[in-house]
Amino acid sequence: MMPDTARSTPRVIRLLPAVVVAAFVTLGARAQQPAPAATPAPQQPDEIRTVITSEGGSAPRLAVPEFIALTKDAETQAIARTITQTLFDDLTFEREFALVPRDIYATIPAATSFADVPFDRWRELNADGLVIGTVQKLPTGIKIEVRLFDVRSRQPVPPSAFAKEYSGSAANPRLYAHTMSDEIHQTQRGLRGVARTKLVFDSDRDAERMTGTIESRSVKEIYMADYDGESQRRLTVQKSLNITPTWSPDARSIAYSSYRRGQPNIFISNIYQGTLEELTKIAGNNFTPSWSPDGTRLCFASTRDGNTELYVVNRDGSNLRRLTNHPASDITPTWSPSGTQIAFTSDRTGTPQIYIVGADGLGLQKLTSEPYADRATWSPAPLNEIAYAARTGPGMDIKVMSLATREVRQLTFGEGTNESPSWAPNGRHLAFTSTRSGKTQIFTIARDGKNLKQITKTGNNYQPDWSR
Amino acid sequence: MRIRSAALIMLMSGLTIAACGKKAPPVSRPAPPPLANASTAPPTRPPAPPEPVAEPTIVPPEPVPNDSISSASLDDLNRNSPLKPAFFEYDSAELAAPAQAALTENAAVLKRYPSWTITIEGHCDERGTAEYNLALGERRAVAARTYLVSLGIPADRLRTVSYGKEFPFDSGHDDPAYAKNRRAHFVITAK
Repeated sequence: MMPDTARSTPRVIRLLPAVVVAAFVTLGARAQQPAPAATPAPQQPDEIRTVITSEGGSAPRLAVPEFIALTKDAETQAIARTITQTLFDDLTFEREFALVPRDIYATIPAATSFADVPFDRWRELNADGLVIGTVQKLPTGIKIEVRLFDVRSRQPVPPSAFAKEYSGSAANPRLYAHTMSDEIHQTQRGLRGVARTKLVFDSDRDAERMTGTIESRSVKEIYMADYDGESQRRLTVQKSLNITPTWSPDARSIAYSSYRRGQPNIFISNIYQGTLEELTKIAGNNFTPSWSPDGTRLCFASTRDGNTELYVVNRDGSNLRRLTNHPASDITPTWSPSGTQIAFTSDRTGTPQIYIVGADGLGLQKLTSEPYADRATWSPAPLNEIAYAARTGPGMDIKVMSLATREVRQLTFGEGTNESPSWAPNGRHLAFTSTRSGKTQIFTIARDGKNLKQITKTGNNYQPDWSR
Repeated sequence: MRIRSAALIMLMSGLTIAACGKKAPPVSRPAPPPLANASTAPPTRPPAPPEPVAEPTIVPPEPVPNDSISSASLDDLNRNSPLKPAFFEYDSAELAAPAQAALTENAAVLKRYPSWTITIEGHCDERGTAEYNLALGERRAVAARTYLVSLGIPADRLRTVSYGKEFPFDSGHDDPAYAKNRRAHFVITAK
């Protein structure tokens, strides 16, 4: 995403804070008018690099009291509440901080500005850091300021380890919280957070019926959601079966298989332009697209030459090249983070297993020896792991293989059937589908198997892909 | 030719007489001499009957079999399809004897209605993964197609599409349901 560059250059931020902030919020909040940076950015201390630590080396304890609504109207107060709750959840998600539970905040008097924060009282709660923010309504939108104070500094006004000002539209307050969370994780923990990433998946939730078939068949359309399951939105109106959606690396396009022409072909929806491209137009079945890490190529499975083989093609449909050549079926490719290798599923030994091949078609190696394995997803560097769905009994479970040691660990254990894993861009989480709650739903789970979270609840939802 | 010239002469003479009669002044004047041919030609004989033209007899086409199948709409056809599904074992695209028998019957139907084009849908039960089942369903559809081609059905009438486990015919989660869902399903797309 574009904001990465802005975040990784603190010097630029210091020199041009207002410009960067305005550009930043504009980039993050699509279709919002950039609010003019009317007020000069506040003087910021030079020690922006201060990092909050805990005393024992465990996760620093943070408290996130309710953001202060500087304008007292109901809308601003609602925005302040939304931002506080979302930021609390975002900071909890990565488990880099221990969050002081919200239910004891009520015992501490609420601040009305940065000037009257009762730091003594927060120290009593053994907090290491305190995230305080203000929300102000402007004629053009809202302005938000946030500071992260080092509560353990024992100074009357502790130094702030992080200070930032944002302004923009009031349409999506959650985006401000996600942005703060990502920046706090980046500056405090050197971690690329995922609070602004999104999930794409297909779903039958709208229960629309296919036309032209005798059997009652439900269409599946493509939907997206924030990483935490909020802001779910439908993206396609193909009135057909649309499956295996996958994000382009810039998270502005989605490639997927659609049966709108009868046989499945790969389409690319440019979701912020509202345009549709057809990547494969010839006969045959075309499945499971996967973007190269630089976004210039896609690998997909096609039956155009007789049986299911893998092909690589430029994003504009040119320079088609066949990657595999075997009478068995090859399907479900995923690129290595460097773009030099592709992991995929093949049943050339009789059962589906995960293989790796160079992007030039050379250097094939078999990876798994499971009863049944499919849908590999290659973790981002430097973790170098491949997650996949493997048969463990009547159903499937999610497993992770370290490519360095070939050791396999299991993340789910027979609760329903668990399929279609997809790594988060920082490699710390996976999205997958599970039938453990009845219908097929999308869940996220940490890479150690903890922090299971249900993302979808309506209809059946399948084949999640996590944006970069 | 002879008939036609005789008729022409008679027609011309008649016209002449009529024209003369119409234009003749009422004064006495010697009548013009009658046309030589009209007065002197012997009366023509009645024309001979037309000679029969030898043309091959048109044989009406063999009537389209007047059965319920040929008169039904595509939807009705597919609702009570004369084409039987071929069922498969778990995780297999092999055509067992019952599947071969079903395909042999289907081939006979397709030969009887040579204008039909067919889509062969490959389906899977829900126990495999969604992605790999797309490949498995494709193999099932292709296996059925290959068998029909070997029985003499032109390949260009048979299109394959894999639906993986997207559209189970029986939504149950037990073996009888799974058995129904592992199939090559035939849809008539044109007739």
